[in-house]
Parts: sequence; structure tokens; C-alpha cells
Amino acid sequence: MDKVIDLGKYIEQGINALESNFSFLWSAIDEGISWTVDTMNDGLLATPFWIIILLVAAFAYYLNAGTKSFTRAGFKKGVGIAGFIIFGFLLIYLMGYWKETIQTTTLVLVATLIALLLGIPIGIWTARSKWADTLIRPLLDFMQTMPAFVYLIPAIFFFSVGNTPGVIATIIFSLPPAVRLTKLGIQNVPGEVIEAGYAFGATEKQILYKIQLPLAMPSILAGVNQVILLSLSMVVIASMVGARGLGSIVYRGIQQNNVALGFESGLGIVILAIILDRITQSIGRKNK
Amino acid sequence: MAETNRKVKIAVKDLTLIFGKNKAQALDMLNKGHSKTEILEKTKCTIGVNKANFEVYEGEIFVVMGLSGSGKSTLIRCLNRLRKPTDGQVWLNGQDITKETNNELLETRRTEMSMVFQNFGLLPHRSIIENAAFGLEIRGEDKESRLAKAQKALETVGLQGYENQYPSELSGGMQQRVGLARALANDPEVLLMDEAFSALDPLIKSDMQDELLAIQEKVQKTIVFITHDLDEAIKLGDRIVIMKDGVIEQIGNAEEIMTHPASEYVEAFVEKVDRKTIITAESLMFKKPIVVQYEKDGPEVALRKMRSASLDVLPVVDKHKKFLGFVWLNDLIELTKNKTQKIDEAIKTEVHSVQKEFTVEDMLPLISGMRSPLAVVDEKDGRLEGIVSQTSIIIEATKYDKTEIKDLQEQAKELFKWTK
Repeated sequence: MDKVIDLGKYIEQGINALESNFSFLWSAIDEGISWTVDTMNDGLLATPFWIIILLVAAFAYYLNAGTKSFTRAGFKKGVGIAGFIIFGFLLIYLMGYWKETIQTTTLVLVATLIALLLGIPIGIWTARSKWADTLIRPLLDFMQTMPAFVYLIPAIFFFSVGNTPGVIATIIFSLPPAVRLTKLGIQNVPGEVIEAGYAFGATEKQILYKIQLPLAMPSILAGVNQVILLSLSMVVIASMVGARGLGSIVYRGIQQNNVALGFESGLGIVILAIILDRITQSIGRKNK
Repeated sequence: MAETNRKVKIAVKDLTLIFGKNKAQALDMLNKGHSKTEILEKTKCTIGVNKANFEVYEGEIFVVMGLSGSGKSTLIRCLNRLRKPTDGQVWLNGQDITKETNNELLETRRTEMSMVFQNFGLLPHRSIIENAAFGLEIRGEDKESRLAKAQKALETVGLQGYENQYPSELSGGMQQRVGLARALANDPEVLLMDEAFSALDPLIKSDMQDELLAIQEKVQKTIVFITHDLDEAIKLGDRIVIMKDGVIEQIGNAEEIMTHPASEYVEAFVEKVDRKTIITAESLMFKKPIVVQYEKDGPEVALRKMRSASLDVLPVVDKHKKFLGFVWLNDLIELTKNKTQKIDEAIKTEVHSVQKEFTVEDMLPLISGMRSPLAVVDEKDGRLEGIVSQTSIIIEATKYDKTEIKDLQEQAKELFKWTK
């Protein structure tokens, strides 16, 4: 059958129009993201690797042991994760992927940060306005179900190859859980607690900051965790448009049919994922 | 009580609240006298509160009683406008709350009215003292002064020492004390309590009721208390409103509602009441019992009085009618054998005396393990006002049927002949 509706063409025309009419915006975004990623990268790579490893391990240890850091009980709680971080990062370092791991971490952190900066306010908005929810929900479904590769095409179109289109595609893919879990957290605040707030004369703003957000925090932090993990799962795809890091090595492994390369870099991603996951989960637990 | 002289704190006039979209039409139908079901059919609106009228006096505990769906919770939420009434007025301190602007309303909620919730409504991420200080924080008091006030409020409800714990670490009863402290910390004129003790188990509930009465003695707030439990209403309420289907069925004090139920609905309620908590010593006691005069009567006279009344125990009073104790038949016989002139040795002074307001529930524990009846005495000068026999307390505690109790009381009277 012939093509009757050429939807793709209209979309393409729309994208074209956006690209040419708002080029100042795209270049500003590109510059902003590139600068942030590069600065973080340079800073982290200039720091000796063992300082980073020890700092991350100490941070994770403190998150788990808390005020009991210097007691036997605290040691028991924190030693596992701290040990894993030291072991995992050392392995990565000794395999020779330290630089790529830092690049990936930077990419993930920047993407996560932007996704949260957008996602949490949108989540708050959808929780408080039915109208916003009806508007945003199908958009989120679209973002999550559309194959991630598809985002790459317009991303290159707007930002050419490099880190920026990778970050943008990652943000689009990882944003929905931040919105959804923020909304869920706020909506699950018991009605009576909100009512108590109003009964004592709280304004809408006070209700949000003193009741809804603090009570939704565990759910929001679960969202943060999800965003980070989804971002990590995008690193290989992002490398196809020129994003640097472990993902590009996996990609190279695929292209060269190199099992050793693929396994090592894949393992690096897994280690990084476990560490980031455990750290964010500890933050969530501490907040409860 | 001269209620007409008391100052009105809250006046509710024709308060109506309708749920649904087509409120105007529903209100119009309601005003024309259509029934609830007609209105529901025509407009799909339900009537939450139907033209409620009442006044709450300053310093009283005003209880609104009704089953779930009776509109009592909706009614209390109209008082601080957590729900906006469809029609009618709520006057507090000469101000109609239904007409207040948003800022005025915030001010009213922050300074004049505080609310206590059924499931406490505490903030789980804040410590006890921060929870108690919540209302003060909302109205912008600085940290030092709000923590000091919260501390005082926590002491009032008996929670000192728990300041830095978290709500989840406390039992239900203690959590509700925090809820109460949070309301008291604001030092409002009016306390709204929505089923405040309904989520607590019965023993704790009873404790909290006592606690509330004790606190009320100190703080003298105007309290509007919502409950579905008539026993609770009777225990706490200076006056009680009974609601059904959004309509106020009766307003009165516990005695009036018990004795003159205004409708079958109220009557059905009253029948289920645990009478132990309402029947007092005053209504059970034999007034003007035969007594032994301590200064005048010797053992022989006392014995004679006993025989003529066919009793084996009598109360002893002095010439000011002050209750001294009981004398028993066998002890008196001992004394006459020894030819003693005074009855001092025979008087049993280790007995319980109660006041007129004591309920059967209060008196039950006093008679266990004792043979003697209870003396009802005046709180101030200890004058003997009557005697309550053990039998009548037990009858009251076990029987609920009015006529049966009356019969048994008659029998008891016959048997003991306390009265002359």
C-alpha cells in the first residue's frame, strides 16, 4: 500500500523549523552542557585516582554507618560498601579504564542533575494539578516507550556529534521516573497530614515545603536512583553519537567483535552502576 | 447552670453544606422543603450538613455525636472552613468565618482555632517537639519562642522527656498527646477535636478522656469534640448535639438526652449506653438512713436501732452529721457483754466513702473484698448524705433494663429497710 499519511515528513519539517529558527538556543544548550561536562571531567581527571576512590568510599561508609561511624556496629554496617567501592574502582583502574569511567560518571551525573532539575518540579506540578497531569502523562509514556535510538537522530541534528546529544538523549530517556515518583510521593502524603497543615493556617507554599516535599522525599530519592540507573543504561547508546566513556569502548568492542574489550568495559559499567545505586539507596535510607 | 448568661463563642446559623456540582439547584430544592432522596435524584447532590443551628458557649466542651455519614466531621470542618459551607454562617468572635478573605482565614486558623485529628496527622520526619511547634512555625514565630511554647504544651499533656523522639517511636495514645500539644501550643480560643480518641484502644481512650478533662480544668478552652461514641459524649460533654443524616436531632446535656430523647433515633442510641458510667451514687443511695449518733448512742441503743430495722450494720455520725464509720451487729454484742458504755471500739473506720457524683463504675472497685456498704458524704464537711448498698451497685453494674433495675431496687429496699 502507498503511504497515505506522511507523518514522518511533517515531524521532520517541524524539527527543521525548530533547528533553524532557534539555533541560538541549541548552541547555548550545547555550550552549557559541553562546558559542564568538560570542566567536571578535567577536574576529576586532574585529581589522583586514589583520592577519588577514598573519598567515595568514605562518603558511602558514612552514609551507612552514620553517627556510629567510629563504633563496631557502624563499622559492620559501612565496611561492605566501602570495601566494594575500593575493590571495584581499583579493578577498573588496573584494567586501564579509569579515564573512561570518569567520563561516563560525569556524563551520568550531568544528565541526572538536569533530569532532576526538570523532573522534580514537573512532578510537583502534575501532583498538584489534574490538568497538568493529563497533559504530561502521555508525554512521559511517549518518552519511555519510544526506542532510545530514535532520539539520537534529532539530537545529532540539533547538537551534532559529541557529549551533548548523548546527554540530551539520556535526559529524555531517564526523566520520566523522576516526574512519576515525585508525583507519587506527593500524592501518597496522608490527607490528614495535609489537612492538619491547612487547619493550622499553612499557605500552599508552606504545605509544599513543610509537608509534601519532606514526606515525599523517600519516593523522590527512589526516583533519583532510577534516573541514575536509566542514565547508565543509556551510555552505550549515547556513545553511538560520539559521547565518550565506557560506552564507547563497549561500542568499539561490538564493532571489532572483541570479547575482551566488550567484557572489561561492560564490567566497568556494572561496577559503576552498583556503586551509584548503593550510594543513592543509602541516601534514601538515611532520609527515612 | 444559668446558660443564658454564658458568653457565646461560636454561633452557627443555618449552616448547610452540599456535595456535588449542582449546588445552587440543590440548595434551592432544600429550601423549598424537598427531601434528601428527591434532591439526590434530581441534582445528584448529597446533603452533608442540613441547616444546622447551634451555639457553643465559652469554656464548655461541646460534643457533636453521630454515626459515620451523619455529617459530624463535615460540620466541624465548616467551623474552620476546611470545607466551605454552601450556605449559612459561622460566627466566631463577631466575625463570620464563611465571609472571611483568605488572609483573614489564615489568621483565624493560626491564632483562634486549632484542630486535633483522628489519626493524629503528625509529621513523621519531625521530632515530637518540632511537631508540637508546627502551628507556631506556620505563623512565623522565631525558633526560640516556639520551642519554649511547645515545651510547655508537651509538659501540659505529660510528654516531657520525649521531645527528641519521633512519632513512630510513640504509642497511639502518646501520639495523640502530641496532637493535643500541637493544638495547645498555639494557645487558641477554640479547640476542634475530630474523633480525637476514636483510633485509640479502649483503656488508653478512657485515660485520654480523663486527661482531656484535667487539661480543660487548667486551660478552660472552648472545645468542639466530635465522636461516634455516646459514652464518650456523655463523659466529656457539657452539652451534646446528636446528628443524623446531616440534621441536628437534639441538643442538650447528657441528662436531658438520656431522660428525654427527642426522637426515636436518639432513643435507640441512649438504650445502648453503658449505664455504669452515668448512674451516680446520688441516684442509688438511700437518703436519710438510720444512723447511730456517736455522742449520744451507746451499744445498747445502737443494737436496738439495728433490730428495729432488721439490719446488721449501721453508719455512725457525730453531732454535725459527719460520717465516722460503720458499726456491725456482732461487735456491738461483744461490747454489751463487757458492759462498755461507749461504742468507739466497735466503729470500723477503714471503710470507703464516696461523693454524690461517683458513678457505678467508680464505685465497683471500692466494694470488692469489702462487706460494708458505701457511705455517701459531702466533699467539704464530710456530712453523711446517704448509703449505697453493695447489692444496688452490683445490680446497676450488671443489669441494663430500666424496669428490671427498678424492681430490684424495690426489693432491695424492702430487704434492707434503710429508710425509716
